[in-house]
This record gives sequence, structure tokens and C-alpha cells, in this order.
Amino acid sequence: MSEVIDRRIDRSHMQVSDEVAIQISRMNKWYGSFHVLRDIDMTVHKGERIVICGPSGSGKSTLIRCINRLEEHQSGKIVVDGIELTSDLKNINKVRSEVGMVFQHFNLFPHLTILENCTLAPIWVRKTPKREADEVAMHFLKKVKIPEQAHKYPGQLSGGQQQRVAIARSLCMKPRIMLFDEPTSALDPEMIKEVLDTMIELAEEGMTMLCVTHEMGFAQAVANRVIFMDQGQIVEQNEPAEFFRNPRSDRTKLFLSQILGH
Amino acid sequence: MSDTPAQTVPFVRDTMLPPAPPPASQAGALRWLRENLLSGPLNIALTLLGIGAVWYLLQGIVPWLAHSVWSADNLTQCRQIITDRWGEGATGACWAVIRERWTQFLFGFYPQHLYWRPTLAFALLFVALAPVLFARVPKKLLWFSVAYPFVAFWLLWGGSLFLPLTVAAGFGLGWAAFALLHRFGTIPAVAAAVLLPVLWWLLFAGDLSRDLTGLVGREVPFWLEQVRSDKFGGFVLAITIGVAGIALSLPLGIMLALGRQSDMFLIKTLAVSFIEFIRGVPLITLLFTASLLLNYFLPPGTTFDIILRVIIMVTLFAAAYIAEVIRGGLAALPRGQYEAADALGLDYWKAQRLIILPQALKISIPGIVSTFIGMFKDTTLVVFVGLLDPLKGITDAVRASTDWKGIYWEPYIFVGAIFFIFNFAMSRYSMHLERRLKTDHRQE
Ligand SMILES: Nc1ncnc2c1ncn2[C@@H]1O[C@H](COP(=O)(O)OP(=O)(O)O)[C@@H](O)[C@H]1O
Ligand SMILES: [Mg+2]
Repeated sequence: MSEVIDRRIDRSHMQVSDEVAIQISRMNKWYGSFHVLRDIDMTVHKGERIVICGPSGSGKSTLIRCINRLEEHQSGKIVVDGIELTSDLKNINKVRSEVGMVFQHFNLFPHLTILENCTLAPIWVRKTPKREADEVAMHFLKKVKIPEQAHKYPGQLSGGQQQRVAIARSLCMKPRIMLFDEPTSALDPEMIKEVLDTMIELAEEGMTMLCVTHEMGFAQAVANRVIFMDQGQIVEQNEPAEFFRNPRSDRTKLFLSQILGH
Repeated sequence: MSDTPAQTVPFVRDTMLPPAPPPASQAGALRWLRENLLSGPLNIALTLLGIGAVWYLLQGIVPWLAHSVWSADNLTQCRQIITDRWGEGATGACWAVIRERWTQFLFGFYPQHLYWRPTLAFALLFVALAPVLFARVPKKLLWFSVAYPFVAFWLLWGGSLFLPLTVAAGFGLGWAAFALLHRFGTIPAVAAAVLLPVLWWLLFAGDLSRDLTGLVGREVPFWLEQVRSDKFGGFVLAITIGVAGIALSLPLGIMLALGRQSDMFLIKTLAVSFIEFIRGVPLITLLFTASLLLNYFLPPGTTFDIILRVIIMVTLFAAAYIAEVIRGGLAALPRGQYEAADALGLDYWKAQRLIILPQALKISIPGIVSTFIGMFKDTTLVVFVGLLDPLKGITDAVRASTDWKGIYWEPYIFVGAIFFIFNFAMSRYSMHLERRLKTDHRQE
């Protein structure tokens, strides 16, 4: 399972601080009458790398989409970087510009070049001058190892390259928190590694990350906490080594046996 | 290996095959004929039938065209020439009518000594369109595109220069109000940007323009000879209405499409009712409304130019269709595009302008251009409110003259050909634009 992680992880910058990045308390969400998230309580500290896993339909995507209010919650409280998420549009956009998000299907803008994809939000949201935005974008494109593709369009890139552009696009906003929603599950096996490598590098630099993923190798190598969800609830959470060696709830055991195939 | 069938021989390829060309086929025209026209009994019968139909048509048209007469003073003379040259019973085309009356087809009853004004306005139209239509034209020219409507208005209708200037000043005022108030929120800024110009136009613009005209007198740089709307006709009329309608209906159509998608109940209801109402009513009804009903609603004594009224109605009509075309484009965009824009912190208007609309409009180009083409052809319907459209208005006027009484095909063919040139150009441009904007690199 961990064949995709083939290098030593540099942990020198992976420090969890006391500062709270995300505070979710007694949060509930319904889709119509369907209770999709139930009494979620969760505190994420700055520098944490959290992997969220669980069966399909358990509410993982909904949970992290509530954190940047792509979905609205109906009760409880979500505070991101000191800002409470309410219907106040100003606050929502402030939070969104501080929180990067990477989607399963990349969601690059097909009518813009790679470079333009990366500079759009810095220019229009952060009001960065274009020259500077271009430089920052090239810096992050180098970081994800595709600076030579800057003037191509998303449709000309492979899936793995597109996902790395999507990560670079988020990083160009200099976010404090990164959310990943199954970033590798739409990719062919040989491209998963290049995306995970990029994510590992990010973790090594101390980024606060919440990843919904079934890449258990990544969870073991990078995460400081694994959260298991089922039926809209947090069923179990633990540090990765314990989580995989000694799952406590039956649901977790069943889930792990299914995805790890023993 | 126990479950391998016994006869399976282990195999390893040691040389890779180079790619080979496809088998040489019987190329050439004969093969094309056989495959496309003569591939079976039914196909052969249809081909013969087609050839017969084409032959029959050509038999009628070719001699008629071949017997063209280009100079004659009237229809009787023209018919005489045809009989003299090609014998009793020969048919021929009398293009002489076009040669004699072409200015009327183009300009209607616009005063002859002022033909240069609509001509200049038409030429400048291309200068104004160039930076909008073509990527390679310097974007500085856009300033001219912005000024063009006022220039064209002045050239076409004449009168005081201060009328278009004060009207333009109203727009400038709105823009300045928006720019200044934008930081206090979108709603007050938009409200000010709408209210200020309207107040300006209603209360100050008319008087100011009149006073300034009185001040400088009716001299040339400030005054052009006035041409009343009832002198407009032919293609000057069709192009004026068509271009104004196209330029105004696109932004209105976009706003209606966005309104229809809005979460806000009131806005959505208004947009839906408007679109459904306009699409449910024939354009002629709207034109009649423009020509008759508006008179009852307007305070007595106000003169509200008939061409302006028609432009408003044609615009509303086309905008409703364009809104639906664009809605199709909006619906075709994956939800992920909206989400990615939201997740980056773009607000609604920026997301629409930078992410959603460029893609939705690109998808909608063929539909939008079809609507434009339909609208340009529909400008001929203004004949029903007493305006001289090129197709019926002018043609009837020509046929009403004693010289050309009884002429039939030639004016229609001429007018049709000019419409075709414009519409075909629009259609080709839309294909060019689709190619230029193609960035998705999907495999065909
Ligand atoms: N927009 C929606 N409207 C209604 N139900 C939804 C919507 N999005 C997701 N759901 C439902 O909510 C549940 C949780 O979905 P999701 O958060 O996507 O699960 P996961 O990401 O864990 O697979 C699923 O049962 C799904 O069908
Ligand atoms: Mg999901």
C-alpha cells in the first residue's frame, strides 16, 4: 500500500502549534430532510496534517466543503482562522481567499492558460500587480514541476499535471490552510505518485492540510491524525500508526479491511 | 500455470513492428462518384432525380440571366430590348431597374445631397467593430467603439452636436458615480449609476443642449442638417435598426440569462416572465405596440421617435431569445467551474465575468449569431408600422412608379443578395470566432 511513497519524509518543519486554525463545534447540516452531518466537533491546529477517510456517502466532502462554505451548515459553529462563517459574504470571501481547495476533478478553467489560471485570483481578489502575480505563479509552477507548461491550456495536460496545476493555483493565493477532496481518485495509477509527492512537499513545509483521501500510504507517511467518518459522524480518530494497527470501532475495522484488502 | 489451455504456446515478441501505411485504395474521382452517388439502386435513382431537378431549374434561370438588360429607362423599353435581341417570347432580367434605383434601395428617401453621411457612418462602423471583433486590432481603438453610437447618431439624424454630447455625458455621469461609490457597496453604486443619468437626461440634458445650440448658432461644426426619421428607408434603415438592436440586445440578453439563474426570487421571476412573455408574442405585435400603444401611455405632446421605438422593441425581442441561448451555455458548464471560482474567493460578478460568461458565451456563439441573423432579417417587418424597409417598402415604392410598374423578381433578388452578404459574413465570422476561442483541445 505504501509503494507510492518512496522517500524519506523530512519532518523538521512539520510542527503542530497551539494556535487553532479551524474550530468546528456541534455543527449539523441537512440536505433537505437528509441529515448529512451530525454534531461534528473538530479542532484543527496550525500545522496539522489530517486525513479524513470513510465509506462513500459518509459526508467527507460535505464536511470539508463546509469549511470554505461551498456548503452552508444549518446549526453549530465553524470558525476558520478566527473568522466565523455566517451568511456575511465579506467574511466568506475572506475565508475563501485564505483557504485553498483542490478538487477531485481539478476544475481548472479551460479557457485560460495554465499561467492565467494561477494568476487570476491573485490579480482579481488580492489585487496583486500582474507582473508580481506572474512571478509568484511561475514560482509555484516550478515547485509542482511544470513551469514549461505555463502557456498551454489545461486540455493539453495529463490528469496528473492538471491536478498539480490546481494545487499551484491554490498556492498562488498564499493560503494558510489547504483542503483536498480526493485529489488522486480521478487519476490513472501512474499519475497518483506525482500528485502525492507534491502534497508531501507541502506537508514538509508545514502547511495545515485537510485531505479526504483513501491513499493510506500517504496517511501513514504524512498525517498526524486520521479521522474516520461514517453516516455523517466522526466515528474514530487517532494518530495514523495507532489508527491502522489498532482500529477500535467495528465500522473502522470493516472499512480498513475493505480498502486494504485483508 | 495449470489453468493455461494446453495449446497456448508461450510467446515473446523480439522485434517490434514499425507502423505501416493503410492499404492503397482505388483513389480518385471515380471512386468518390461510386461511393457517394451510385452506391446502390436507390442512390442511383436519387442521383438521377437530383440531376433532373437541377437541370429543370437551370433551364428556367440560365436564359433569364443570360438575357440581362442593364440599361433601359423603363420596363416597357426593357422588354422591347429583350424581344429585339433574343426574339419573340424570350424572357430576360431587367437589371436596369437596379441601375436606376439602387440609391433608393440603399438610402430610401434620405436627401440625396446628404448620402455621404450614412455612407460615412457605415464606413466608421467597421472601424468601431474592428477592435471588438478581431484580436489583432489595437485595443486603444475601443475608445472609438464607445464613441461610435453617438457619432453615428449625429451623422444619421443630424441636428445639434450637443444632443449626442449631453446624452453621452449622462453615461459618463453614471460611470463616474459607479466608480466613486463602488467602495460603499454594489447596490448604492448601481442605484446611483442608474438614477443620476436618468435625472440628468430628464431634467438637464434637453435644456442644456438647446441653450448651447442657441449660444453657438446653427453652424457647421456644431450643427448638421436635420433628417427626419420618415426619410429613412432601405438598407440605411435596416442596418441602423439591426446594428443598434444587436449591440443592445447582447448585454440585455446576458443580464436576463443571469437573472433567470439568480437565487433571488424577485429577480428570477421578473426575468422569467419577461423572457416568456416576449417569446410568446409575435414581433409584429411588439412593433404595433411601439407604433400605436406607446402614444397613449406617453404624455401628450411628447414626440418619441418611431425608429427609436422600433429599435427598443427589436432589442427586447432579440434579448429574450439571446437570454435563452446563453442559459443553454450556462447550463452546459460543469458545477465545478462555479465551485472553483467560489473557492478562490471571487465574488459573484467577478466569477461571472472572468470564469462563467467567457465559457458560456463561447458555447453560445452559434445560437447568438443565429439570433442576430434572424433579427437582421426581421428588420424588414418594420414595413408594417409604416417604415420603408428595403424588401417591401422600397420595392413597392419602385413598383408604384409608372416606369417600373410590373417588375417583380429583380428588386427582390437584389435586396435578397445584399441581405445574404451581410448574413453570410456574420455566419463566417462566428465560425472564425469559434475556431479562435477553441482552447479545450478535445479530440475531434
Ligand atoms: N447537493 C446535494 N444534495 C443532496 N444530497 C447530497 C448532495 N451532495 C451530497 N449529498 C448526499 O450527502 C451524502 C454525503 O455526500 P458526500 O459528502 O459527497 O460524501 P462522501 O464525500 O463522503 O462520499 C451522500 O449520501 C450524498 O448522496
Ligand atoms: Mg466525496
